[in-house]
Amino acid sequence: MLPGEHLLSVLIFFPAMGALALLLLRGDDHKFIRIIALIVSLAEFLFSLLVIPKVPIGVPGYHLEEFAKWISQPPINYHLGVDGISLFLVILTTFLTPISVLASWKSIEHRVKEFFVMLLMLEVGVVGVFLSLDLFLFFLFWEVMLIPMALLIGIWGHERRVYAAVKFILYTMAGSIFMLIGIIWLYNATGTFDLLAIRVLLHTPASQGGLELSSSTEMLLFLAFFVAFAIKVPLFPLHTWLPDAHVEAPTAGSVMLAGVLLKMGTYGMIRFCLPLFPGASHRAAGWVAALAIIGIIYGALVAMVQPNLKKLVAYSSVSHLGFVVLGIFAFHNISMQGAVYQMLAHGISTGALFLLVGMLYDRRHTFEISEYGGLATPMPKLAAFFLFVALSSLGLPMLNGFVGEFLVLLGTYQRHWQWASWAALGVILSACYLLWSYQRVFFGEITREKNRTLPDASAREKWILVTMAVVTLWMGIGATFITSRTAAAAQNVIDQVEPQRPYEAAAPNGATPQAKRDSSSAAKAISSGRLGIR
Amino acid sequence: MLPRTIDIYRVLPELMWCGFGLLAMLMQPFVRSRHFFTFLALIGTLAGTAASVTAAMHAGPGFGGLVQSDSFSFFFRLLVGTVAFLVVLAAGPYLERERLPFAEFYALLLFATAGMGVLASAQELLTAFIGLEMSSISSYILAGYRRDSLKSTESAMKYFLLGSFATAFFLYGIALVYGSSGTTMLTRMGSEELLDSPLFELGLAMILIGLGFKVAAAPFQVWTPDVYEGAPTPVTALFSAGPKAAAFALLLRIFATVPAATHFWFWAFWALAALTMFAGNLGALVQTNVKRLLAYSSIAHAGYILVAFAAVTSMARGGSEEAAPAYAAVLFYLLSYALVKLGAFTIVSQLGGTGEKHLSLDDYAGLSQRQPFVAAALSVYLLSLLGLPVTAGFFGKFYIFKAAVNSHLLWLAVLMAINSVIGAYYYLRVIVVMYMRESSAEAKSAAPVGFPLRVNFVLAFTVAGTLYFGLFPNQVLNFILQPTLLGH
Repeated sequence: MLPGEHLLSVLIFFPAMGALALLLLRGDDHKFIRIIALIVSLAEFLFSLLVIPKVPIGVPGYHLEEFAKWISQPPINYHLGVDGISLFLVILTTFLTPISVLASWKSIEHRVKEFFVMLLMLEVGVVGVFLSLDLFLFFLFWEVMLIPMALLIGIWGHERRVYAAVKFILYTMAGSIFMLIGIIWLYNATGTFDLLAIRVLLHTPASQGGLELSSSTEMLLFLAFFVAFAIKVPLFPLHTWLPDAHVEAPTAGSVMLAGVLLKMGTYGMIRFCLPLFPGASHRAAGWVAALAIIGIIYGALVAMVQPNLKKLVAYSSVSHLGFVVLGIFAFHNISMQGAVYQMLAHGISTGALFLLVGMLYDRRHTFEISEYGGLATPMPKLAAFFLFVALSSLGLPMLNGFVGEFLVLLGTYQRHWQWASWAALGVILSACYLLWSYQRVFFGEITREKNRTLPDASAREKWILVTMAVVTLWMGIGATFITSRTAAAAQNVIDQVEPQRPYEAAAPNGATPQAKRDSSSAAKAISSGRLGIR
Repeated sequence: MLPRTIDIYRVLPELMWCGFGLLAMLMQPFVRSRHFFTFLALIGTLAGTAASVTAAMHAGPGFGGLVQSDSFSFFFRLLVGTVAFLVVLAAGPYLERERLPFAEFYALLLFATAGMGVLASAQELLTAFIGLEMSSISSYILAGYRRDSLKSTESAMKYFLLGSFATAFFLYGIALVYGSSGTTMLTRMGSEELLDSPLFELGLAMILIGLGFKVAAAPFQVWTPDVYEGAPTPVTALFSAGPKAAAFALLLRIFATVPAATHFWFWAFWALAALTMFAGNLGALVQTNVKRLLAYSSIAHAGYILVAFAAVTSMARGGSEEAAPAYAAVLFYLLSYALVKLGAFTIVSQLGGTGEKHLSLDDYAGLSQRQPFVAAALSVYLLSLLGLPVTAGFFGKFYIFKAAVNSHLLWLAVLMAINSVIGAYYYLRVIVVMYMRESSAEAKSAAPVGFPLRVNFVLAFTVAGTLYFGLFPNQVLNFILQPTLLGH
């Protein structure tokens, strides 16, 4: 039976059914459980690929929409839909889940059944977040996803796992509870939770029955949403939960956390903050960009001095996600597309980095860089893969990281060359910390006797790494496959955040950069004035 | 004047509960079988609950307006009756384990339930007072039911002394209200002069203090942790679910019928809500005893409900009829809260072991491995208290937030949000201990205690209810949103 009309519902609930099936199995046959989890997650991945042809190139708006009444008072509906941006984030999620299952094949030995149940439930929550078009439904998935992630960290993590799990959940909840108030406020003002309906109302002048927010109200609402998302991203200075959560999580948890959970924050900014509160977004852009640039540079500098390999990768996420936020708040089509691309690329390369770090940990049970050194001799294959992934993460042309960073910088430069110049520092620094750590781990003399006899990548590990490498390469060369599909959706967001430029909507890719710069000079003046650099 | 048959129908639930309570007391010297009394109590609670349907079908004022049988009282009778039924189910194994007499326990439980029923349907202050006394006096005795336990005795003593103090306030308030308005019927207090009569307002304030004590609102909450901790756990379950709901019901009814109350009480509720939330949540942060932790959490939840009360009053002040969703928020919250607290305390009473020794958080370490289903059920309750989606608690909190935002009480909503985050910490701590820590060697060696079937039924019922109302709150909501909820 192939899912047709209800493909998106299938995408959300298929893993839940898988998790339920796993729950009913007996817990002691570990191999069987792993195989079932792998089959479920692979099938989910194939389902998600079926969505691609349903999203036509160049058509903005939502596709495969599903709508059903759920609660009558207040009117909460089950409303799903997919556009170019959420399409690939969903695929990223469904792609990383089977990878995570494979990565946990050997390293998870106790409470195996529960582990895979949690992993699949996490997938349910994340896919739900990306597909919801009802604010309430979105919030529901946003909260539900917390529990499996916290348990993944707290039960199967490393030494300080409980601390990290509680910190993770408290940070996220602190943000999301204010988002809930924001959602309720919007509902009170508009009488609906439907994202599309609210957006239409907010973009209609009051004289035509729309809703015009006073600028202070708009700013408060913007902040209520933005803070929740900024914690998730995480944006400097709200990032302190991230190193703890990443370091303490099991490999699969780190992969999912870095790969998709962080993107929920940036996705939220694109989907809610910008289209719903364009005025406040413009007024806040300077501040947000400043924080993003601080995050880019600070994350990179802290990564550079980390003695702990996993923490290094974690801080590199802070730096890379800074690019995404910068790209979003530059309000430029190219930088927006770059931000989306960077989200996907970061998911793949950082996911792969965490997988590799996890493989090292499986062999030596430490993340300390000083414990390693000269590993290229006993394990040349793993070393080669690590180099490949590190290069993609630092943005080598032809690999995935380059496309995203380049587009972000290109688009941002069109608007604010100062922002782009500062952010470009991050590109240089990322080369420093990644290559330097690579050198310390894999080159030089073998300093620890134990390291001399470490086994190279096993067949399972090679499969994982080859898959990741192929995707990395493909995203670097065949970027148009993705950008052609995200273009319309990105332009759609830009149109909503800058409604004063209607002619661009008519010609999505036709307007020259010069025209874009001039038309938005007012916004630029405001935001750069706030930033204090001119 | 002789009561008419229809009057009898309108108080049938209370009559049933009282009747079966008396029956249990009378039979006690003659029947030795424990099962008989359990059975009798189950029948009694069920009969009363079923009779509330009869009462609802014969809706209208009874006994010349002393009581009012409407959808509102139907809701609360159903609620307290179900709570009593589940408490009877859960208490059986507990009484057996602690070697406590059965008959008196059930009789007192039934009287207390009857008292709550009266509170929920009273439309006249002295009738309400009788209801309050019936439920309170039975509660005092029930709190001290483990006579040989020092803590239980202390709990009863404290509850009695402070409780009688509060009752005195309540009674004095009634006297002042009567003195200024010349009536004790709530329905006759609508006159305009009362709106600025200081004597009347003083009376209302005293009534508020009396009821504030019953619902454990700060600063009248100091008794709660000690009483909850010392009382036998099934009784604690009853305390946290039943009397609280009944007292809130009376408060709501006073609002709905006495205009002066809504004008006068807005800031009082604002302050009470803020204080109560912080008192409960900050107190719970440092608890290591699960029973005490849940006690502080019930203070915090009283605070959340009071937020909805502030919303009700602020809307009524504007003179608009839009207060219905705020009423609904209170009712829905009480329902979700009763289910959850009942389930949680039932688990605590079972895990406590003979003499209630295992109540500390450490005793819950590794519970998910020893008793995965119990740990899962307790997690559902805690997540509902925390207000996570797909549980009834989430919608409860959601509707309160909505009511607060609706009446422009943004600051109170923000305070409530901050409190929710504080609350998240200690609820999560219990889950963390259950799932992420290893059992102590002692707990590991002890064979896992299987729960009796009855208790499992209670857990299944409450978990199912929590999840059901978390997914489909529609039906209940439509019921409590009906315009004729309060009978007029």
